[in-house]
Amino acid sequence: MRYEMVVGLETHVELSTNSKIFCSCGGHSAAKEPNDCVCPACCGMPGMLPVMNKRVVELAVTAGLMLNCEISRYTTFDKKNYYYPDLPCSYQITQLNHPICTNGCVTLKTTSGERDIHIKQIHMEEDAGKLVHVGKASYIDFNRTSVPLIEIVTQPDFRSAEEVLVYLNKLKTMFRSGGISECEEGAMRCDVNVSVRPEGSTEFGVRTEIKNMASFESIERAIRYEVQRHIDAIEFETEELVQETRRFDEASGKTFAMRNKETAADYRYFPDANLMPVIIDEEWLEEIKAKMPAAIDEKADYYREAGISEKEIDMLIHNHNAGELLDRVVALGCDAKGAAGWILTDCAGILRKNGKLLGDLELGAKDLAAIIKMVDDGRVNRMSGRKILTAVMETGVDPAAYCRENALDAQADRATVERVIDTVLNENAKALEDYRNGKVKAKQALFGACMKALKNTADTALIRELLDERLSQC
Amino acid sequence: MSDYVVKLSDQGTVAVDDTILVKGVQAAAGSRILEGFRPLFSAEAVTRLEKKGYVVSGKTQVGEFGLDLVGEFSYYADKEEELTGAAAGLVSRGAVKAALGVDLNGAPRRAAALSGVDFLKPTYGTVSRYGVISCAASGEQIGVYAGNVESIGEIMGVIAGHDGKDGTSLREESYDYRTDLAVRGKKVCIVRELLDRADGEVRGRVEAYGEKLRKNGAAVEEVSCDLFETANTAWQILMDAETCNNVSRYDGVKFGHRAAEYKNIDELYVNTRTEGFNFLTKAVILYGSDVLSKGRYEDCYGKSLKVRRVVAERFAELMKDYDAVLAPACGKAAYKAYDIRDAFETVFQESVFTSVPNLTGIPALACGGVQLMGKALNESVLLSLAGSVERAGGSL
Repeated sequence: MRYEMVVGLETHVELSTNSKIFCSCGGHSAAKEPNDCVCPACCGMPGMLPVMNKRVVELAVTAGLMLNCEISRYTTFDKKNYYYPDLPCSYQITQLNHPICTNGCVTLKTTSGERDIHIKQIHMEEDAGKLVHVGKASYIDFNRTSVPLIEIVTQPDFRSAEEVLVYLNKLKTMFRSGGISECEEGAMRCDVNVSVRPEGSTEFGVRTEIKNMASFESIERAIRYEVQRHIDAIEFETEELVQETRRFDEASGKTFAMRNKETAADYRYFPDANLMPVIIDEEWLEEIKAKMPAAIDEKADYYREAGISEKEIDMLIHNHNAGELLDRVVALGCDAKGAAGWILTDCAGILRKNGKLLGDLELGAKDLAAIIKMVDDGRVNRMSGRKILTAVMETGVDPAAYCRENALDAQADRATVERVIDTVLNENAKALEDYRNGKVKAKQALFGACMKALKNTADTALIRELLDERLSQC
Repeated sequence: MSDYVVKLSDQGTVAVDDTILVKGVQAAAGSRILEGFRPLFSAEAVTRLEKKGYVVSGKTQVGEFGLDLVGEFSYYADKEEELTGAAAGLVSRGAVKAALGVDLNGAPRRAAALSGVDFLKPTYGTVSRYGVISCAASGEQIGVYAGNVESIGEIMGVIAGHDGKDGTSLREESYDYRTDLAVRGKKVCIVRELLDRADGEVRGRVEAYGEKLRKNGAAVEEVSCDLFETANTAWQILMDAETCNNVSRYDGVKFGHRAAEYKNIDELYVNTRTEGFNFLTKAVILYGSDVLSKGRYEDCYGKSLKVRRVVAERFAELMKDYDAVLAPACGKAAYKAYDIRDAFETVFQESVFTSVPNLTGIPALACGGVQLMGKALNESVLLSLAGSVERAGGSL
């Protein structure tokens, strides 16, 4: 008999906000030491009350709009009770009765065609802290406590592991481009519900849930293992399938049932009286919609038309701030293809030199546009442009002022350049001789000497042009 | 208690009860579980008082988490034969101008009535709960004890007002705490069902108070209203559920008491909480946990939320005809020490007089050994009615 897998996903995504969901502490990404970003509220001290972070609502709504959800106009919070040392209040604030988004749908392009995955709901909740075990002792780090999460719950619509991966990659790309989440390692975690049934059947089989997986690779392996386990159980009666919660063991590649104690909890959900319902009116919703980035597909098409390479498009879409910077400098009148080079080659290179990644890019669009224009107008040469960019990125100086102070303007005229070239050729008779004897490299040395003599005050293209002209006469 | 220090100032001093935080001063809510807990910040009400030059002179004892009758079951206080309540006693002796207390389940109103002082539980949301050791967020409120309504009005004028740190704080521009509105023409009702639940002395007190209001020009009449018992059951369910949840953070992991003996995390929880909570709190935790559990939620917690709405509507209906309800604050004129194993049932029975204001958020004033309840944000009517009696002389 042929079997078909039926899979649903619950995906937790950490939101990119400056502060936690119910207090003003920075998120754990801002923390350097354990318990760096904690306050009386997020470590459960009495007397503190949760105050809703508006940005969390906006990002959750943005995610809902991207996934074509209905946005609830009235949304409330509930408390979920359980004891664990990393949960300071012994309850988690989440949404049970009135989640912020419902009934969405996302279309996937897979090797077997287009597939619609229906989204049951998206809700907001707070993360728990982290336990650190050292020898016999255990320590608690509350930096992650109350970091905002959204949980995206799908219907059991997946029919292959490939679809799951396409879906997760799509979420990742969307959320990065939308500024919802950086989705870096650990910031996206999945619970996977798996069952199998004979192909063509409409009944659901026994369902198991594999908890808390952070890497796409593990998710794929876990699904493949679990589906086979279900098929074997049905086909060969190797074991009796029961509805249960399991964990995936990376080392063995197998799933194991979690102890009953960990899963049989009654969470005793009830409404949180400290948080008033959040009302999302038409005006606020329109405001959020207006701030939404263009859909990724449209954006990619636009970049392609501008002549940007596929590799660069991928980088721009995955690095939200790089993409945003490009859009802004283009709006300031720069050419998209050229500007993409500045951002993805020059800026990225400067960041790399300082041990940073493109994701760390913090550069004002006006500054970059000013530098690009200086170069495009021939006021400074490309190399000086890069020098100015380095200074702006490393020390935050004003590009025009830096250019002036360091005399980088390419103001030398044709006659000056010609004069300098003559002087250089006279002073470098050996190199000139070598060139005449067919050593192509010697030309580069001569060019370098001209550059040095002109102290970067001339357009490189002009130097090259005049040097070539002069050499052809020699 | 070692943290109790009396300071004096020109403005008069104010004591606050042990469920209200004062920066650096142990706040234990009368419970061993919070022994040694020193908060990093003061309650908003305390900060507002200090800004206006009032001196917060000390902390007063409360029964563990404010769950008992008047404060008889504090881990820190000596047992009394005659129950009074620490803050009410301090005010009645004139040791402080006023005191702040948290009205979770009527304890401050009962204590005030027993000591012959006033306590106002204001409308829900008027005084910030920031800095209150919370049990039941949906109905607890900071209120004021004082020897007369004028002092209550003065202190309320300082502590009431919107606070962005409390999501349930109302956004009203200002509140009215006048104590001298005309009493003539005001209509007051006495609920027969509540009167019948009280002993002879308390009934006599309520009737005498009604007579005084009548003399001052108010119309006082008896009505029948069967809301109070249902309202009480609903509030006890909601309060126990919320309390069970809010005290679950006291687990010995982070602060306060931790058991000396434990072999693993489960034993740490169980031993700490077994030692840290008294019998009454444990009963509330069990009851509260039960009403939230699968299979029980709809019939208990869910139904109580519906009852809350119905009671609010029907009370509003009653208040179309009246300006205030005159009722006992508690069933007896005096209480003797009793066994804590009887506390859950005793408090449940006595709370029938006090639950509606906690359940629905309306204001209530304990005064002259009785209680006045009114419409939301109509504190000035209650203060003025009581003021007319106080100014005419002779409270009890």
